Amino acid sequence: MRIILIFISAALINNFVLTYFLGLCPFLGVSKRFDTAVNMGLATTFVTTLTAVTTWLIQHYILERYNLLFLQNVTFIIAIAGLVQLVEMFIRKTSIALYRSLGIYLPLITTNCIVLGLALFAALRDYTFVESVFFGAGAGVGFTIALIIMSGIREELEFADVPEVLKGAPITLLMAGMLALAFMGFAGLLSV
Amino acid sequence: MAPSHRTLAGEITKGLLVENPVARLILGICSSLAVTNTVINGLAMGLAVIFVTVASSALVSMVRKVVPGGVRIATYIVIISGFVTLADLFLRAFFPDISKTLGPYVPLIVVNCIIMARAEVFAAKYPVVPSIADAIGMGAGYTWVLLAIGAVREILGSGTILGYTVLSEKVFTPWTVMVLPPGAFLTLGFLIGLINYVTMRRARKTR
Repeated sequence: MRIILIFISAALINNFVLTYFLGLCPFLGVSKRFDTAVNMGLATTFVTTLTAVTTWLIQHYILERYNLLFLQNVTFIIAIAGLVQLVEMFIRKTSIALYRSLGIYLPLITTNCIVLGLALFAALRDYTFVESVFFGAGAGVGFTIALIIMSGIREELEFADVPEVLKGAPITLLMAGMLALAFMGFAGLLSV
Repeated sequence: MAPSHRTLAGEITKGLLVENPVARLILGICSSLAVTNTVINGLAMGLAVIFVTVASSALVSMVRKVVPGGVRIATYIVIISGFVTLADLFLRAFFPDISKTLGPYVPLIVVNCIIMARAEVFAAKYPVVPSIADAIGMGAGYTWVLLAIGAVREILGSGTILGYTVLSEKVFTPWTVMVLPPGAFLTLGFLIGLINYVTMRRARKTR
């Protein structure tokens, strides 16, 4: 039961984009079109889940055992960069079509703060292994949901008459504000 | 994009408005929204980012001729995360309260795009002194935006500034939503709109 709570909480109630403000760069950057938003979301979910596994192992079997916690930032970021590289190579070998459609978005995931953020949150909250995995997956799913909703809104926004000074980033941020307001409605869904 | 014949003062001031990292280049948005529910948190975060940007820009600029191009991004990440760890441990040791409220957002400075962008765009190409000037400007530009967002959210959201009451609850009902996440998005959206308005008007006048 607890793992379901963690998953739903990471995906909806404490949505990483709309309540923790993580992953805003890709959220603002690649939410212009629906299909790229879907691809980016799926790739990120894949990486967040793998990251949760890897950083949990590093945290518990290396950093804590040898009392190296001050190296947490450095090791996590290097592990994530390596992991993304590995995923990129794997996808290129197995599915050229998928690789082409993800293209530039894969390497960008390294600097998506959701990935490092979830690793740090999981370490901070002392999740067990299974809990970490569900937390990672939930974070990715939450990011995907927010990205897809936003891309839908922005495709409509193309036809709206936005004041000159608010075009581009400002109007997107205002929309994100409304979306965050709507997501606050999930707060009463479960009590964690 | 960066013209090389600027004076040192010019390198510093361009980060404040014309190339302001948050408002104009839309970098480092994550942390500028997450920690600005009060002014003091924004200030702590701003100072930490100034320190990390200046230190890593200086070091990146020093080693720019010995690092091979293929591994430069990895080198930057290691340099930046080293300084971030330093800042994190410093806050934890001397300001434990602030460190606790900022939580994982201090280690997350590693992936703050401002620092990486300055290392790649500026420090990797210019000598140490202009790089430091550029980093100070960018850090200061980031900090003032943080303070502005923090001030708006704290005044409207809880009627206080730096903990002192400015709007008493008798005359003003705090808009709790401003302290919560939606308030951050709305404030930044309007702030960028305002900065766009000012720069557009200025451009129209000079024309």
